[in-house]
Parts: sequence; C-alpha cells; structure tokens
Amino acid sequence: MRSAERRILRDGVAIGVAVGVIGASFGVLARTAGIDPLMACAMSALIFTGGSQFLAVTVVASGGGILAAVIGGLLLSARHIPFGLSLAPVLRGSLAKRLLSSQLVIDESTAFALSQPTPELGRRAFYTVGITLFCCWQAGTALGAFAGGVIGDPAAMGIDAAFPAGLLALMTPRLRHPDARVAALTGAGLALAATPLLPAGAPILLAGLGVFAGLAIRRDGGR
Amino acid sequence: MTWPALVILALGTYAMKAAGPVVLGSRTLPDRIVALFGLLAVTLLAALVAVSTFADGRSLSLDARAVGVAAAAVAIRLGAPFVAVVVLAAATAAAVRALGG
Repeated sequence: MRSAERRILRDGVAIGVAVGVIGASFGVLARTAGIDPLMACAMSALIFTGGSQFLAVTVVASGGGILAAVIGGLLLSARHIPFGLSLAPVLRGSLAKRLLSSQLVIDESTAFALSQPTPELGRRAFYTVGITLFCCWQAGTALGAFAGGVIGDPAAMGIDAAFPAGLLALMTPRLRHPDARVAALTGAGLALAATPLLPAGAPILLAGLGVFAGLAIRRDGGR
Repeated sequence: MTWPALVILALGTYAMKAAGPVVLGSRTLPDRIVALFGLLAVTLLAALVAVSTFADGRSLSLDARAVGVAAAAVAIRLGAPFVAVVVLAAATAAAVRALGG
C-alpha cells in the first residue's frame, strides 16, 4: 500500500505541473483574444475547467458573441454533474469540506481518482492532482496572460495535443474493462459525429448515450 | 468576455461540480449506481479526448494534434510515465507542424 501511495503522490504532482503548462497556453490565447490579463486569471480561478475556458475565449475571439460563449461553456461544463456523482464515495466529510473540494472536480482529478483500485487511494489521487493542478493552472495562466509575448505560440509547441494525450493516459486503466471500452468508444464516435451538427459543448453531452452500449456489454456477461 | 458573463459561467460550472458531492453527502449509494456514474464519467472523458483531438470548431480535421495523440497512445501502450506521454504528444505535434503538416 505504501508504494501505491508514493506512486500517486509522484504521478499526481507530475500531472498537475504538466497541465499547468496548458494553463500558460490558455493565458496566451486569452491575451491574443484581447482579454484583460486580470480577467484571464479570474477565469482560471473561478471557472477552473480548461475546456469551458478555452471554449468561451475561442467563441468570443471568433466573434460568436458573449451569450454563445456562456451557453457553450455551460453545456461543456455539464459533464461535471456525473463527475461529481461518480466521486461521491471519494469526496466525504463535512459540508464545508465538500463545498471546497467541489471546485477541484475537473477532468484530470476525476480520471485519476476513478482509475484507482480503492476509494482511499482515489481520495488521495483526487486531492493530489486537484490541489497541484489548481496552483499550477493559476501560475500558468498568469504567466501566459502577462508575459505571453515572451512564451510564443502554444500551437507551434504542440500544447493542444498535450491535453487529449494526458487525459487518455489518465483514463487508460479504466479502459481495461470491456464495458468501459465499448461505452468510451461509442461516446467518442457519437461526439465526433455530432460535432458538425450541434453547437459547441453539446456533442460531449450527447456522448453520454454511449453508456447504454457499455451496459449492453455488461448484461451480456462480456466482463 | 465581460465580467457578468464570467460570473455566470463560474457560478454555473461550480453548481454542476458541487451537485454530486453536496446532494449525496456521506450517503452510500448502491454499488450498481456508483458503477453507472463511473461508466458515464469515463464515456464523457473519452468524448472529450476525441473532440479535442479531431474537432476544429464545428468541423473535423486530421492534423498535427491527431499525430501527437497517436504517438501518445503508443507510448501509453508501452507503459510510458504520464509526463513522457504528454511531452511526446506535444513534441510530435510541434514537429509535424514545423514540417508543414
């Protein structure tokens, strides 16, 4: 058990720092889109979910309007409802503690926590990634927003490939189960098929239907 | 971006993050339900990976990102540590772009 805890601490801190670099690319993007650096930092601290932040800034930058940015961001954020529900065995304690911990419910902390074999290790994984990533995300955003000109173009450095790659790495242990693999592949396919048809943010929600494919596998005894 | 829009987005996102932990609290749900939410979370994460790899606004594109993520998938398969996977993805995508891909 000891070594499992050490591994979680080491990997969790690494995840937080690596994703902090993506925070820097958010800061640069916000700066390029003409968003005030202080506002970019406030977005990272208060919204604190990369997906919705990038989506909102991209929509505004492409002239999509504030309303579309907010609706798209909220649609994309809706995935946090099932994230929070699935983390219930991991997030226990007083109401105040749960309210504080809720801000740390994000893609990476959820994926890393759900990939652990027990709720205790899941809890450790959640807080290690959540706290490290929160700090690095703020530092990264500030660096990108205030000193973006020095950093250069995040796309040229391939930062946009780092986010999906990291998330894939975090959820891979989960994909060993056939039902999760089928649900994940079906959901991914649905989201891609819906991308040209639905407004930004909505395809991810539609992907939730992929769960039924996973449940069908489970009922078949495909485990 | 405006401050009111930022606040609405922040409050809305926080409410959705907090819904599960606050409503469920320390109640213990049946294992089947917990497993179902876990399956849903993994499905949504997979969709997010797919969309951030292949979507460019509202169109799909096969570009440097996809090459980077494919390289990452191979590294994951070989058991590479997290940081190596992320750095490889970024470096591969950057190299493809530098070569004009």
